[in-house]
Amino acid sequence: MYKKNSATYALLSHRPSTRRFRIALLAGALLTSAFSLTALAETAYVTNEKDNTVSVIDLNSMQVVETIDVGLRPRGILLSSDNKLLYICASDSDRVQIIDLATRKIIKELPSGADPEQFALHNNDRWLYISNEDDALVTVVDVETSEVLAQIDVGVEPEGMGVSPDGKWAVNTSETSNMLHWIDTNTNTLVDNTLVDQRPRHVEFSKDSRLLWASAEIGGTVKIVDVASKDVTHTINFAIKGIHPDRIQPVGVKLSDDGRYAFVALGPANHVAVVDAKTYEVLEYILVGRRVWHMAFNTDQSRLLTTNGVSGDVSVIDVDSLKAVNTVKVGRYPWGVVVTP
Amino acid sequence: MRPMILHSLFYFLALLSASVVATSSQADTLTVEMAYVSWTPDPGPIMSNVIPEPSDAGLQGAQLAVVDNNSTGRFLKHDYQLLIASESELPATLDAARGLHAQGVRLFVTNLPSQALAELAKEFGTDSLLINAGSYDDALRTDQCLANVLHTLPSRAMLTDALAQFLKVRKLTRWLLISGPTADDIAYAAALKRSAKRFGHKVVAEKVWSFDTDLRRTAQAEVPLFTQTVEYDVVVVADERGDFGEYIPYNTWYPRPVAGTQGLTPLGWHKVVETYGAAQLQKRFEQQAGRWMNSLDFAAWLGIRTFGAAVTTLNSADAAAITALSLSDKLPLDGFKGRKLSYRTWNGQLRQPIPLVQPRALVSNSPQEGFLHPQTDLDTLGFDQPESQCRLL
Repeated sequence: MYKKNSATYALLSHRPSTRRFRIALLAGALLTSAFSLTALAETAYVTNEKDNTVSVIDLNSMQVVETIDVGLRPRGILLSSDNKLLYICASDSDRVQIIDLATRKIIKELPSGADPEQFALHNNDRWLYISNEDDALVTVVDVETSEVLAQIDVGVEPEGMGVSPDGKWAVNTSETSNMLHWIDTNTNTLVDNTLVDQRPRHVEFSKDSRLLWASAEIGGTVKIVDVASKDVTHTINFAIKGIHPDRIQPVGVKLSDDGRYAFVALGPANHVAVVDAKTYEVLEYILVGRRVWHMAFNTDQSRLLTTNGVSGDVSVIDVDSLKAVNTVKVGRYPWGVVVTP
Repeated sequence: MRPMILHSLFYFLALLSASVVATSSQADTLTVEMAYVSWTPDPGPIMSNVIPEPSDAGLQGAQLAVVDNNSTGRFLKHDYQLLIASESELPATLDAARGLHAQGVRLFVTNLPSQALAELAKEFGTDSLLINAGSYDDALRTDQCLANVLHTLPSRAMLTDALAQFLKVRKLTRWLLISGPTADDIAYAAALKRSAKRFGHKVVAEKVWSFDTDLRRTAQAEVPLFTQTVEYDVVVVADERGDFGEYIPYNTWYPRPVAGTQGLTPLGWHKVVETYGAAQLQKRFEQQAGRWMNSLDFAAWLGIRTFGAAVTTLNSADAAAITALSLSDKLPLDGFKGRKLSYRTWNGQLRQPIPLVQPRALVSNSPQEGFLHPQTDLDTLGFDQPESQCRLL
């Protein structure tokens, strides 16, 4: 792995949108102060599960510029749709914390039920669906009023949580029951279940809300589920030369907006799989840090960031070349990551 | 205490709603009756009795697994029920198990000595499946092959192989072996010797503990002299009931580590196992039992979970079908050890990583990197197919 000056790298990029953005950025830098340049830079936020902090990475300099103290065992992390608020699952503090990104201060704490691990925000920007790992529940909270709207019984160790982009479905995965639980967001009741492989960890809806990608950590697979019928239509398997199949443990899944790629983080296999999102063929395996779990794109999706728990760092993948181009050291056991413009 | 009460309340509500679902659709609900059969011999007087062992070891694991099974089952209309056969005497316990078998129960998890298990297994025949969650006996995995028995508890050989691999990695190859006088201790010592030979260690001196002094007071005086032998790299102890072994560490003639049944210990499960989602299992268990989960609890939990995983897949509680699925590579069983778990086709032993622990931390997990095997490195622990006479499949 090698380091490159990120500004130079951006100018060499083949993606016009990136180039335009960076040129504008450089022009801006000539006209305004360095301070406002910092304000324009893309920023990544990483939850550090064993440090009780969030690392703030400036994606221009690829440096950690700030470390925010949060509650105990921070895991799930997501942004409000306007990118102004950061939501954190402080699992061992039994609450969700909201950070105002303008000040990087915790401004609110939401009741979450016990041991919140992952969560998803409805497209109305109000209903937060939280999986309560210890209690086999999904808790729905209104982020404005802090009111608990519903608690829904699901299988043992609810983990992955996703809300369809059209807002109709909330899907929870239960790691020990090996199921996807389909919650109708109109009624907040459980209406269907789909059996998948062992330890389903994460779900990701396609942009059109028609397909659901579900990873199974111990099963070693990603299942493609048809949202209309709730049936599994494809199973993706992974194989990396020199790595025992047991160590290939799919967790995070990210789909590119252009419909081209799905990226699947393979945990202790220390690789991210690149899947053709149309044919489901595995195209490539990218070597990253150790025990890779979750991922986030930057704004124009030219970069993909991965959290590597055991090596305590974030790998930066260049989406054009499908190569890891940078590594940023963060706190202990980084879990999740999001990026703001 | 408040969060504990809230947690139990949630659990209670979850159970309540589960039972409501079951009764409202009784007609097409599949009821799965499972029995937990438990009897443990009195270990006799133990010197190291400061921290007592839990009396419900195993049972609590089985009970938690039933809750786990039902949480999946209620979505599939499968209702799991646990029946318990456990009396103060062995014959009464076995009679209680026979009574359950006569009532039609065919799925058993046992915490029994190997002879009692073999007796029940032969009586019940192949339309029953018994899962051994109580005997470490190597004979059950090598020549005393029981066609209707699976083992979730690791064998002694698996434990000592796990330790021997780690000691090899740390280059601690000259062993002083100290064993107790009981049959279990002799069996553990034999397993240690087998592992030593298998992984290129040398037992340079061997001693049998026969003292009856109270070592809580005199260990500092007795043990250094007792361990004054030719030089060794490590002391390995075979003291399964925990009689004297706790007093060996820090008192050895040479300043050397202690491993085996005390000191650095290979185990099926321990409180310090927390990765791969194990923290959640530990939390659930502690909320239910009010104590830490141990190897017997974990083995019983895995036994009931095996039934659950198989019934979920088969949509049937037929014991022969569950046995066949369990011995295939299709059983979706997860045990929070970071690897897919499966049963060995020759002797029904569950393959699993073995944690090596000291009382307050995980030291390592075996198999160690670099110990290779043509099929799976998990089979470097315990009796591999060519070493066992059993051919269940």
